[in-house]
Amino acid sequence: MPHSSKSTRRSAVTIALAAALALSACGAKAGESGSAAPAESCVDTSGSAVKIGFLNSLSGTMAISEQTVRDSLDLAAAEINADGGVLGKQLQIVAEDGASEPTVFAEKADKLISSDCVAAVFGGWTSSSRKAMLPVFESKNSLLFYPVQYEGLEASKNIFYTGATTNQQIIPGMDYLKEQGKSKVFLVGSDYVFPRTANKIINAYAKANGIEIVGEEYAPLGHTDFATIVNKLKASGADAVFNTLNGDSNVAFFKEYKNVGLKAETVPVVSVSIAEEEVGGIGVENIEGQLTAWNYYQTVKSAENETFVKAFKAEYGAGRPTSDPMEAAYTSLYLWKAMVEKADSFDVAAVQTAADGVTFDAPEGTVTVNGENHHIAKTAYIGKIDQDGLIYPVWESEGAIEPDPFLKGYDWAAGLS
Amino acid sequence: MNPALKTWAGFGGAAVLLFAVAPAALSDFRLNLLAKFLCLAMVAVGIGFAWGRGGMLVLGQGVFFGLGGYLMAMHMKLADAGPGGVPDFMLLYGNGVLPGWWEPMRSPVVTVLAILVLPAALALVLGYAVFRRRVRGAYFAILSQALAAAFALLLIGQQTVTGGTNGLNGFRSFFGYDLADPLNKQTLYYICAGVLLAMVAGVRLLMNSRYGELLVAVRDQENRVRFLGYDPALIKAGAYALAACFAAVGGALFTPVAGIISPADVGVVPSISLLIGVAIGGRATLLGPVIGSIAVSWAETGLSERFPSIWTYFLGGLFIVVVAFLPNGLASLTFRRRPSPATGKQTQPATSVDLPATSGGHP
Repeated sequence: MPHSSKSTRRSAVTIALAAALALSACGAKAGESGSAAPAESCVDTSGSAVKIGFLNSLSGTMAISEQTVRDSLDLAAAEINADGGVLGKQLQIVAEDGASEPTVFAEKADKLISSDCVAAVFGGWTSSSRKAMLPVFESKNSLLFYPVQYEGLEASKNIFYTGATTNQQIIPGMDYLKEQGKSKVFLVGSDYVFPRTANKIINAYAKANGIEIVGEEYAPLGHTDFATIVNKLKASGADAVFNTLNGDSNVAFFKEYKNVGLKAETVPVVSVSIAEEEVGGIGVENIEGQLTAWNYYQTVKSAENETFVKAFKAEYGAGRPTSDPMEAAYTSLYLWKAMVEKADSFDVAAVQTAADGVTFDAPEGTVTVNGENHHIAKTAYIGKIDQDGLIYPVWESEGAIEPDPFLKGYDWAAGLS
Repeated sequence: MNPALKTWAGFGGAAVLLFAVAPAALSDFRLNLLAKFLCLAMVAVGIGFAWGRGGMLVLGQGVFFGLGGYLMAMHMKLADAGPGGVPDFMLLYGNGVLPGWWEPMRSPVVTVLAILVLPAALALVLGYAVFRRRVRGAYFAILSQALAAAFALLLIGQQTVTGGTNGLNGFRSFFGYDLADPLNKQTLYYICAGVLLAMVAGVRLLMNSRYGELLVAVRDQENRVRFLGYDPALIKAGAYALAACFAAVGGALFTPVAGIISPADVGVVPSISLLIGVAIGGRATLLGPVIGSIAVSWAETGLSERFPSIWTYFLGGLFIVVVAFLPNGLASLTFRRRPSPATGKQTQPATSVDLPATSGGHP
């Protein structure tokens, strides 16, 4: 006994000493804080290929959506490579899984930039994934192409936003409801940054346009019990609903909506997160006749879209629809190609300078990059969900809408940002 | 070989590995990744102590990890905003007014104290209240898990003051040091390594102390300990509080290393994955949780880089194999080769309760 306790004490002292030594070793190295010059780029463009990164969630809750974006990115890369690559260099894809977690997105973005030395990264879906990657791209001075509609109020020089900002999706959605003579709108959304910001904008819009917001309800992401919210909706006397729910919640919401006897003809729901892919999951019978606000549908009539849809179905099967985020991702790769070719360089600063005014005849129509806020001018479409599960445009904006992420061009939005 | 000497040698080896080999062999990016794993391993050390030695299946360590992480994040956000400043996300999504409970985190001293004390105090109070009512085993596990779920929901719901699902990120400095400087990132790694080693040393001391013996006794025969005149609730709450404190420190260091803390890092799923590493490594041993946790994190990253679309299956497979064939973790492999119970403890009859971990946690 005495022997053992003694040796315990001795080892304890040594351990403590070792720990102290270890800690002091780091103190010596702390040094002065550096001046944070942007990291030197390690992108290698000397060979016959250039690396780019695809970062989408292939596992976790977002995988089902983000896999479709990955598929269309792969398609675009294959097309570009078959066509001779970019500046004569073949694209070499480094694929990563964001795992539906912001922290993983940040880590993988860092890895793609610092370890793989990619020229640009394409991907991200949720706002949280973009927000998590933003400081990484800014501090390492690299480029991210983000393909999903989002809540605006952002413009990083290191991100190109090829999905819609609020004045290209939310505001056209409200314009349409106003045009239809709707005056009592009910808001329902998932509890995260996009719905809350969208609803803030809708509230301001409504106030300025004589529309009454008769209810505003949030459900946690993944929530599937909508009895209370739908009852509130019915009792509110709303004549339209603006829906910013995401994912599975939509299934439960529309089932409940149907259960209480609400009809698309009298109380239409405008959704901004339901695309062709999601319609099947919700069940066409539950959602037929409802409205969506996007900038692309599979049914958009253009020669470019015909080619895109055909190529996609040839690659992934006739049963796979194409949707807005997929098209925006596909477009993003071609836009990057156009920027690089205009700059005649893969260098980040050169691409940023060349970006302004770059256009691409995308499946959704011709898009143009705004060099100031790095968003793109897009046409807005209000679509109606048909019984074949596809969405058909019933209204479109007059030409492409200039991106305005901070809503500076709208007087009523003055207090928002 | 004298077991104390062996522990000492193992500890020295780990120090050499962490302080000399790793920084020399790894790129800046990989070293930062390792720092992140070390932060998670800190949580694992605490889980190993509370679960392996104390028999408490702590399924909700994400709460304490998150408290530490968010406290640190609040401080860094405020430091970046400057004196009297308001964090950027509050201006963007909120009304731009700093809530009163953020204010104390401006001070670095208060922040560090809060990280060390708040989560531990919460665990102590909560643990004592729960254990006094003799809530044990699966019931305690469910309770701790519910806590993690509630905490994540709370963070998500209060977007204007917590950043919601986006969490808090975009930090520029850590106690005055520029985080964009690779040298400072390296220092951060050394801090993580040092803190982890100190924690392991601390647990090793506790394991061999009178308190450590009592904790194992409570795990194996709570009633007998009670009849001897001790208060098992207090003994368990103590271990729970220590685990909470370790988790909070891990979280506090994780935030500057990873550059972000979000509800996805503190909820039920991350709480469970923290546990998986401990289970795989061997929960009742000193180094099992640390090695298991680092190995699982490393495997997650490595496999997801190599097989981005199917890596989760490998991880699931590994877990199934360990649970089915090595219920006491990979550490039990070393048990089998040596008959004497050499987990770094003295070989004397009185302490042989240290044998595999126990049904105590699973009624």
